[in-house]
Amino acid sequence: MSGDLVGLVIVSHSGRLADGVAEVAAQMAPDVTVKPAGGLPDGGIGTDFEAVLAAVTEAAAAAGVVVLYDLGSAQMTAEMAVESLPEPETVVVVDAPLVEGAIAAAVSAQGGGDRGAVAAAARAAAGRSEVADTAEAPGSGDTVGAGPESGAQPEPGARAEITLDNEVGLHARPAALLARSIADVDADVRISLGDTDADARSVFSLMSLTARKGDTVVVTATGTQAEDAVARITALADRNFDE
Amino acid sequence: MGCNAERVAGVLRAGAETVAEHKAELIDLDRAIGDADHGENLDRGFAAVLAALDAGVPETPGAVLKVAATTLISKVGGAAGPLYGTAFLRAATKLGDVSELDGAAVAAGLRAALDGVVARGKAEVGDATMVDALEPAVEAAERTHSDGGDVAAVLSAAADAAKEGADSTVPLTARKGRASYLGERSVGHADPGATSTALLLRSFAEAAR
Ligand SMILES: Nc1ncnc2c1ncn2[C@@H]1O[C@H](COP(=O)(O)OP(=O)(O)OP(=O)(O)O)[C@@H](O)[C@H]1O
Ligand SMILES: [Mg+2]
Repeated sequence: MSGDLVGLVIVSHSGRLADGVAEVAAQMAPDVTVKPAGGLPDGGIGTDFEAVLAAVTEAAAAAGVVVLYDLGSAQMTAEMAVESLPEPETVVVVDAPLVEGAIAAAVSAQGGGDRGAVAAAARAAAGRSEVADTAEAPGSGDTVGAGPESGAQPEPGARAEITLDNEVGLHARPAALLARSIADVDADVRISLGDTDADARSVFSLMSLTARKGDTVVVTATGTQAEDAVARITALADRNFDE
Repeated sequence: MGCNAERVAGVLRAGAETVAEHKAELIDLDRAIGDADHGENLDRGFAAVLAALDAGVPETPGAVLKVAATTLISKVGGAAGPLYGTAFLRAATKLGDVSELDGAAVAAGLRAALDGVVARGKAEVGDATMVDALEPAVEAAERTHSDGGDVAAVLSAAADAAKEGADSTVPLTARKGRASYLGERSVGHADPGATSTALLLRSFAEAAR
């Protein structure tokens, strides 16, 4: 199974930090291999080239590996380790917030996203909790970091209103399921509640809507598979998020 | 006088000695604007380089530098590891399998080292990093070589320029690495990596005389 899903590596200056981030990310993605590489061999603070190389090798999957890091020098160590691999092009070192990025990447990998999609999910986790304040109408214009498309052509779109019937609303688990359900769909998907909206691929962004039982949220999607995206989310809500 | 593999190993041993001698000073510099580990990191790395050379000196100058590179990459554990590691690795690649270095080879190796550090860390002169020492050092080395300088002269000119470059980081605001988190508060301190670059080049120059 793990061979089909992108693997993740968490590089940190601290062993405990790497372990903790890997633990939190793995919880969202039971089938994804998440390997921590933190600290020096003697337990001190720093990044250990050998440990990073070992972690990348252990996380290696047919689908590739995405590496997240904490501080700049961890990036340099990670890049060196990747360059020393026989097939460096199968690994992406991504500049993303470590905790949110790791969780977004894990969810995307669990959903079958390829390494480009997993890396993009991690990058897009930056500043997601602030997205809720945007004044822009949902679905209009480019969304920062959500995808490389710059829509010159009007793209196909789809929309649905969903009233949440499940007990916890869009709390952590339903939000993760929702994000995961559209991980491999080619569409920019937004969920809005009142004036605030969220990137449907970002678990944090979804949770920050604080949509509760009984609230009606609007799903808007643009992109070639917009209809599919909306259909998947509607089906998930109809199943009460498998609660 | 030719500079063969044995000679290059001697130059690196001198570098290791200098790092050990200046360990506390480098730690103090890094305490002011970083995490107080630069001296520790480099000393750990160069002690391992010494051990590797004691186990056996390879045949060519390039191969000796490559041993230093791979050892530093796996032992240093801080930003200096990938940076110095890349520097030595690029220099080693540039030298290929020539058996003796002349002034031209040393200047070319230093240029390759600088290119490696810049590729790895994306810093420019003025960012208050080791690049502020290494770039002027490379330029001085190239000038001295084209004026006909030998290995010792080229390294000596590089060391002088590196020292000046390291001193020039004092009034600068750090824009790369840990020190960049301090912003304006990094002003008034010499950059540890620039300082270690100058110290290393000085020791290389003296050992090559
Ligand atoms: N991006 C960079 N480009 C060039 N030089 C850099 C860069 N980042 C750091 N440095 C150099 O590295 C030196 C610090 O090295 P040191 O061994 O203390 O690593 P560190 O920053 O503490 O690493 P870590 O954050 O992994 O502990 C700085 O003084 C600077 O000269
Ligand atoms: Mg340091």
